[in-house]
Amino acid sequence: MKKFLALLLAVAMTLALVACGGNGANNGANNGGNSTNNSGESADSGDASGDTIKIAIIGNTTGDYAQYGIPVSNGANLYIDQLNANGGINGKQVEVVEYDDKGDGVEAVNAFNLAMDQGITAVIGSVLTGPTITLADATYEVNMPQISASATAQGVTQIDPEDESAGIRTNVFRSCFIDPFQGQTMAHYAADKLSATTAAILYESGSDYSEGCMNGFVEACGELGIEIVATEAFATGDKDFNAQMTKIAAANPDVVFMPFYYSEAGLAITQGRQAGLTATILGADGFGGIKDYASAEDLEGTVYGSGYAPGTESVAQFEADYEETYGEAVPNMFAPLAYDAAMLLCEGLKAAEEQGLTAGSDEYKQAVIDAIASMNGVEGITGSYTFDEYNNPEKSVAMIQLQDGVEAFTEFYSFN
Amino acid sequence: MSYVFSQAVNALQLGSIYALVALGYSMVYGIILLLNFAHGDIIMVGAYVTYYAMTSFHFHPLVSVVLAVIMCTLLGVVIEKVAYTPLRSAPRLSLLITAIGISFLLENGAQLLFGTDTKSMVQDPLIPGTLTIGDVSITYAALITILVSIVSMVALTILVQRTKLGKAMRAVSEDMGAAQLMGISLNRTISFTFAVGSALAGIGSVLHVASYFQASPMMGSMLGLKAFVAAVLGGIGSIPGAMIGGFAIGIVETLVTAAGLSTWKDGVVFAILIVVLLLKPTGILGKKITEKV
Repeated sequence: MKKFLALLLAVAMTLALVACGGNGANNGANNGGNSTNNSGESADSGDASGDTIKIAIIGNTTGDYAQYGIPVSNGANLYIDQLNANGGINGKQVEVVEYDDKGDGVEAVNAFNLAMDQGITAVIGSVLTGPTITLADATYEVNMPQISASATAQGVTQIDPEDESAGIRTNVFRSCFIDPFQGQTMAHYAADKLSATTAAILYESGSDYSEGCMNGFVEACGELGIEIVATEAFATGDKDFNAQMTKIAAANPDVVFMPFYYSEAGLAITQGRQAGLTATILGADGFGGIKDYASAEDLEGTVYGSGYAPGTESVAQFEADYEETYGEAVPNMFAPLAYDAAMLLCEGLKAAEEQGLTAGSDEYKQAVIDAIASMNGVEGITGSYTFDEYNNPEKSVAMIQLQDGVEAFTEFYSFN
Repeated sequence: MSYVFSQAVNALQLGSIYALVALGYSMVYGIILLLNFAHGDIIMVGAYVTYYAMTSFHFHPLVSVVLAVIMCTLLGVVIEKVAYTPLRSAPRLSLLITAIGISFLLENGAQLLFGTDTKSMVQDPLIPGTLTIGDVSITYAALITILVSIVSMVALTILVQRTKLGKAMRAVSEDMGAAQLMGISLNRTISFTFAVGSALAGIGSVLHVASYFQASPMMGSMLGLKAFVAAVLGGIGSIPGAMIGGFAIGIVETLVTAAGLSTWKDGVVFAILIVVLLLKPTGILGKKITEKV
């Protein structure tokens, strides 16, 4: 009997692990997808030799998470096609060589080596966090300018996020913001716009995304003098937040920060309101689509920061062009972020061209890197870009507010 | 005061759902010594039936509820007939592996059929509203969850203790061979046990939807595991044990969170499982079983 029960225990724990594993995959998806469109073929025809500047787009356009990689490829190609149609850079066309890394780091490095043989001078990619870091190690060795539109982990630009002395990959940039930055932004927004003095946090323990956002929020609250009156956690897969929300409601904070995804957030907000919570709810970009997951009344006033504000003036032209070119509406924020990534890289190329350097040379690459690193408020369609000492963009965040059950864009917010 | 009351309601609401699910585990284990790991996923199917009945077919909530319970009952019996009956004389391990297989089949089948996204019916809740008396408030969903589960448990106790079928169930669970010799139909009794267990899961699924408004393909897996812990804690195979275990787990989770240790909530629950298995594997109310030679 005892043996049998011991066996059951083992089975139960295995199942628990399986359950956790499943959630891990989801988290991975949200940390950025990688995809590539067509591999190995240049998307643009361009004259060989000195009249073109070659760059590579590496990403996962097939396989799991291709829903992230395809928009990245489309968004970046769209920018470059438009640039070329307008005469390119310094009279030269930008030629794209594109590779599919299938979301795999080794494939990404192989693709990069093939692209090097073609004489590229910069890389856009990869898409998923994992392959992007592997690729960044390879590009760092040869000081190749690289920019990702979607990899949010600190470890993409920092060699070891735990140890600052390990240094940063000076050649690697990104157009999306990192997780702790979202938390910082929401804390500053709470202090500036909501005059909050107390805050509570509910987060998903074990999720890199949730904990990263939370750490940034806590850090900024300390600097701003916002008192954290309750910090509660839940496990991935939980549906019952009653105990946590009753506790948070009793602490009566001005704002509650919930850095996790819309379906759980909807439940937590509903249960919090039932427990008598009146605080304003703050979320991160995982809140996109939350309007269907809690009642309009409970959601009223909820604010979250997003990388992209659909339907706003700055992206209207892009959305129209995207739909015309690819026959579908912009699927998610990865397409506009990739459009910006391509824009940032091409601005860097422009600077190198102006110095009269030879594409592909070491000086040329260094000039591109220097130009991107020293950008100050360059306007993209998803916000304005300035890079910090870790090569992460300090950009304005699109604030989305829930009004009568509609997710409405209110303003671009930046705390710098 | 109202804080303590609210947390007590939270504990009972959570605990009653665990208890209803744990009952299904315990009954099936009691009768054929099978840990039916697909049990949690039956709840998931019930939640989807409620969701589609209400949102796609616009049935009356009561009709949707009855439909969900009936579907769960049928599914439980079908699973028993298709997957477990052919293996009745096989080693228990084969049965256990089959149960895990069925669980995966249901979870992945649901992803294929219904999609991987979470379905929400918060805009049109099953049991809307909140009851406020003085400075304490309780949602009708919580109130009905607690009441319905207590009524279900009383009904189950009467069924098992006072009816002929209940007597047959107890006899089969005591000694399958002897019960058969006394003229009790094994197949009928075992199917009936699955039907009752799955009906309780169906009620659990409806209450779950009423409290948490959502249906998702993986919702049954963690719920099922927690209910399994509840069943082991109460003494697996024991019906009152499953009820006590369910409420105990709900109370422990709420207490741990109320104490400010929400990060440790699941850790504490599974630690209870380990401690019970090490110190008192028969649980709180479990009978001491001597291994037959």
